[in-house]
Amino acid sequence: MTDHSRGPRLRSPLRGPWLTSVFGLVLLIGLPVVIVTGLLSYIAYGPQFGQARPGDVGWLHLPYFAWPTRPSWLYRLTQGLHVGLGLILVPIVLAKLWSVIPKLFVFPPVRSPAQALERLSLIALVGGALFEIITGVLNIQYDYIFGFDFYTAHYWGAWVFIAGFVTHTILKVPLMVRSLRSRSFREMLRTSRADTRPEPADENGLVAEDPTPATISRRGALALVGGGAALVAVLSVGQTTGGFLRNAALLLPRGRSYGDGPNDFQINRTAAAAQITPEQTGDTWRLSVTGGAEPVQLNRSQLRAMPSHTASLPIACVEGWSTVETWTGVRLRDLAAAAGVTTFGSAKVTSLERSGAFNSAVLTVDQVRDADALLALEVNGAELSLDHGYPARIIVPALPGVHNTKWVQSIEFREA
Amino acid sequence: MRRFARFYGAHPLHLLAVLFSFALAGYAVMVVGPQNLWNPDVWWKSIAVWFLGAVIAHDLVLFPLYALADRSLRSGLDAMRGRRRPRPRAVPALNYIRVPALASGLTLLLFLPGILEQGADAYLAATGLTQEPYLDRWLLLSAAFFALSTLAYATRLALSRNDSGAVSRP
Repeated sequence: MTDHSRGPRLRSPLRGPWLTSVFGLVLLIGLPVVIVTGLLSYIAYGPQFGQARPGDVGWLHLPYFAWPTRPSWLYRLTQGLHVGLGLILVPIVLAKLWSVIPKLFVFPPVRSPAQALERLSLIALVGGALFEIITGVLNIQYDYIFGFDFYTAHYWGAWVFIAGFVTHTILKVPLMVRSLRSRSFREMLRTSRADTRPEPADENGLVAEDPTPATISRRGALALVGGGAALVAVLSVGQTTGGFLRNAALLLPRGRSYGDGPNDFQINRTAAAAQITPEQTGDTWRLSVTGGAEPVQLNRSQLRAMPSHTASLPIACVEGWSTVETWTGVRLRDLAAAAGVTTFGSAKVTSLERSGAFNSAVLTVDQVRDADALLALEVNGAELSLDHGYPARIIVPALPGVHNTKWVQSIEFREA
Repeated sequence: MRRFARFYGAHPLHLLAVLFSFALAGYAVMVVGPQNLWNPDVWWKSIAVWFLGAVIAHDLVLFPLYALADRSLRSGLDAMRGRRRPRPRAVPALNYIRVPALASGLTLLLFLPGILEQGADAYLAATGLTQEPYLDRWLLLSAAFFALSTLAYATRLALSRNDSGAVSRP
């Protein structure tokens, strides 16, 4: 085998194809879930109405389909997996990068065109993975220090990462399988620190030439990395599952209490930030419904006089948090009927909010017609608080949270 | 075929897979528009800069930091041990320091914006709350990691003393 002289002295006896392959296998199973749920989120935003971001993605998307309303926890599941699993895999990504660090220092750096091209493709893999992690982690914590549009960058970065990931998988799966078969996993779990020996020298130069005695066993290292992933899981799943686990989400914005009472749940845009004024939401507020023969204006008491419906539905955010609350209001299909709308292709809901990227949202026919799709006036038996969209907000099963428009001003039923 | 492999250094499939990734990544860049990758006003707020930063973020920033910390810890512990008489069945303290330090470091790395109160304005506008509790929570969490590890180390020490006592008894 070629002699690989290295820059810094990397002497850990744990590094080797077997350990790298264990981390690689976990990522090979986990990352496709993160990738697919992320791409599904794009579709959930309704690209057919031009409201997915970025707008133009060419061929770079899953086949389009109308995002369903059932099961009502669909977006909660897919986006909870995307953000939650993405966070949980961070320690494993870091461990994988640690395990292959000798490859950074191989000398000579380029031995063949194949190796040169492969190293170039690693820019897409490693840069893509860390770029997605960094922007995602900053976004779920509202830290927009990077200055560019998160959605565009995260979507674009995802496809560069996919390019690197698919190629790396094609090139490395045979080696991974060979390496995993080279020793028994059970045997590794039985090996103590004192008995931990380096793997046999490999052609990839992962195994140290001059290893130090082991300070931790391989099972210890796997437990350490797995423990890190478990710790992240404990600190983050609560924001998606809610309930008792929510208390464990100590370091995420979505683990926090908003005080007691029916309106005590997550807010993703306050009335103050949306510049909603008391005049707009006071007695003069009217809901305008168009699309029938004549436009209809409804005030709060007229809405309250209509047949009301109560449904327990989740609201789930692209940032990964979700919560189930009990909503009461008027069915959207009843509103359509009241406005004399017989046929329509979509409905555009507009907020009182003047600016802001999500001050309107277009819903599909199925989303409007769902028996639990509501113009909600109450939550958990109390009037909506101003921050939750008083006087009225949309709540539709499985719809991305931000499309459940708050402070609704008008609903326009459209032909298509 | 063999001549190709000798020149290229791998099977032709390798070349195809690599070219696939370049073409796909290149198409992604074209769709987004290369001009959108660069911010002419503030250079470091460019997508391209953050992407290239991500390429080196682990290998040339994070890795040297934690490798140096680990090496210092190991040599520090070695130096301390060297000064004392070697005990036959001493329990190494190394991993009882490493594990809580890594847990503390991982949570700091992932939740840094909240802990540092980065993006306070956006946070307040979105949630109506401040990030004030996160630093305290992270410190308490770190204290818990180290407390648990201390407890585990003390238990191990006690157990190993009992063991060696049992061995030396006639």
